[in-house]
Amino acid sequence: MAAGPSIDALGQFRLATSLGHAGASVDFTNANLMMLLASVLVIALFTIGMRPRALVPGRLQASAELGYEFVANLCDDMIGEGWQAFFPFVFTLFFFILFGNLVGLWPLFFAYTSHIAITGALALMVFALTIIVGLIKHRLRFFTYFVPAGAPKFIVPLLVPIEILTFLSRPISLSIRLFANIVAGHVLWEVFAGFMLIFAAALGAIGIAAAVLPLAVNVVLVGFELLIALLQAYVFAVLTCLYLHDALHLH
Amino acid sequence: MDPQAARAIGAGLAAIGVAGAGVGIGNIFAALVNSVARNPASRNQVFGLGILGFALTEAVALYALLICFLILFG
Repeated sequence: MAAGPSIDALGQFRLATSLGHAGASVDFTNANLMMLLASVLVIALFTIGMRPRALVPGRLQASAELGYEFVANLCDDMIGEGWQAFFPFVFTLFFFILFGNLVGLWPLFFAYTSHIAITGALALMVFALTIIVGLIKHRLRFFTYFVPAGAPKFIVPLLVPIEILTFLSRPISLSIRLFANIVAGHVLWEVFAGFMLIFAAALGAIGIAAAVLPLAVNVVLVGFELLIALLQAYVFAVLTCLYLHDALHLH
Repeated sequence: MDPQAARAIGAGLAAIGVAGAGVGIGNIFAALVNSVARNPASRNQVFGLGILGFALTEAVALYALLICFLILFG
């Protein structure tokens, strides 16, 4: 390894058991604790936020209504006919990922969406749902989805395997997009924080002054990570709606 | 060759892949600005599509970055 201190960029994603002895006996990890926290926050936002039921909403109620209408409009626009059946699923997905990303931004908290196990499970759920919905609604005509409309007959044997491959890559791309975004953001933070410490340790007084530069980068990264947290939840929900639209309406 | 050195070189090569995403994202936002300039009323609709396109393109950059991390730390 190179001489000098090295930065342990990926150690922050290690799982540790939380809640002391009780947690260790059932392997209740920090990821589980964060998932519990995010769920409690979502439930609190919507139950406590909607409790006043004012016609002219206060701040909390307005936020709850904004979140609800955002996902409802998204489903209506992207899924089309029969979107109400899938709205609870997309809603849960969106807020689970959103609050998971946001909870991970706070210091000493843990971003459970940085684990491929979590994002992979969510992506596989979406994939399985689209296949099941497509097969139930269209029976075997579902497989005509892989023949693009208006393609010349002789090129279909070439196109169908490519279409199938694209279809099968959906859960991979969904899961990796979310997981890699969150991991990259947190690794950047860790690396620049490491730079701050290296500057301060190695260069003395000048080092402490120079350490302000990585600190400024980290501050900018906080804003960027906030944007990414919101964006990645939105993109996951949009793509879920798009895949459901494809399964329901076969293009 | 020292495996640590090979790792570092491999990670450096893998990181070249993110350049394509830079071009792609620039393309998307150029198209976004162009279309809003031609038809300002379409801004809300086009913005949603633009953000979706940005996220999908950035995903490809992150695949390259993921390979880079896997080479470097895996």
